[in-house]
Amino acid sequence: MSLYRGGIGQWAWLLHRLSGLGVLLFLVIHILDTALVLWGADLYNRVIAIYRMPIFGIGEIGLFAAVLFHALNGIRVVAVDFRPAWSVYHKQMFQAVVVLFFLIFIPVAVIMTGHILEGMHG
Amino acid sequence: MDVRFEILRFDPARDAKPHWEDYTVELEPTDRVLDGLEKIKGERDGSIGYRRSCAHGVCGSDAMKINGRNRLACKVLIRSVRQPIRIEPMMGFTVHKDLLVDMEPFFKKYRSIRPYLIEASERPDAERLQSPENREKFDDTTKCILCGACTTSCPSFWADPNYVGPAAIVQAHRFIFDSRDEGKEERLKILNEREGVWACRTVFNCVDACPRGIQVTRAIGEVKQALTRGKVD
Ligand code: SF4
Ligand code: FES
Repeated sequence: MSLYRGGIGQWAWLLHRLSGLGVLLFLVIHILDTALVLWGADLYNRVIAIYRMPIFGIGEIGLFAAVLFHALNGIRVVAVDFRPAWSVYHKQMFQAVVVLFFLIFIPVAVIMTGHILEGMHG
Repeated sequence: MDVRFEILRFDPARDAKPHWEDYTVELEPTDRVLDGLEKIKGERDGSIGYRRSCAHGVCGSDAMKINGRNRLACKVLIRSVRQPIRIEPMMGFTVHKDLLVDMEPFFKKYRSIRPYLIEASERPDAERLQSPENREKFDDTTKCILCGACTTSCPSFWADPNYVGPAAIVQAHRFIFDSRDEGKEERLKILNEREGVWACRTVFNCVDACPRGIQVTRAIGEVKQALTRGKVD
């Protein structure tokens, strides 16, 4: 048995699922770390300090990418569901999602990377 | 020219699990993948199992996975596919032998949506007339040949074999949007269940797989809309 190759729609759907799961994972971790405050401010502050490490900065860029893709493709999915006639253009709509994604992602990622570098040097 | 095939062979009477076999046969670039299978069966190994009948894309019996995507073997030109041409049975059905799968669950779902004209009111004396505009609404879904390529390309179906599947929805659409039919409510009720249209996640594999070029996801979307708005228009 080999993988089903499918088309653009299948990969859009898979990315949508993965980015959704990624965001969910972040939310769970975020709820857990916020809950640490129940054990006192000291522990909370020490754990939150870990997040200032550059590796988490990179994770944050990843989180932004996941949220952004999920939101943009989400609009495509809603459009297809509510306007069946538009579904004929689902590939073009996906191309628009990709273009919009990079238009927004690149500048934001540059700014975020700047912050990480600043944090490392000073 | 020499054409290389890799076929996923499986004989439940002999094999524990499926395995790939290589075959090279002489074909014209304008031959179809089905011609290759016929040649392999005729000259190399008569034991290979697959279905075919019309050889012209009409009967819908030779849907299979060709280079990772569902296609009718009789419609795919040799020159249009990369070699080796990898052929597997459709996914999600029980394999009887090689490319031969058990289509019975598929036809059971087809029957479940009651694919025939249902009349509730008095039978008219004359022909049931329909305007060209009304006919147009379900024109696309009349083209289905029940090959199963759409249903077996669908991740929702792989995950839940009880999902009614795109083919049955296409067939239901053909009647739901037919102004002469009086069984819409019944069909919509069946498709409103958990394993009905709502299992569709608009993955569009069905549209890519359909050898008749039917806008399957659009048809499913129209049924979803009919259910949400409580009316067919
Ligand atoms: S909708 Fe297309 S792919 Fe699905 S069964 Fe009918 S002809 Fe085959
Ligand atoms: S053999 Fe009839 S559709 Fe291919």
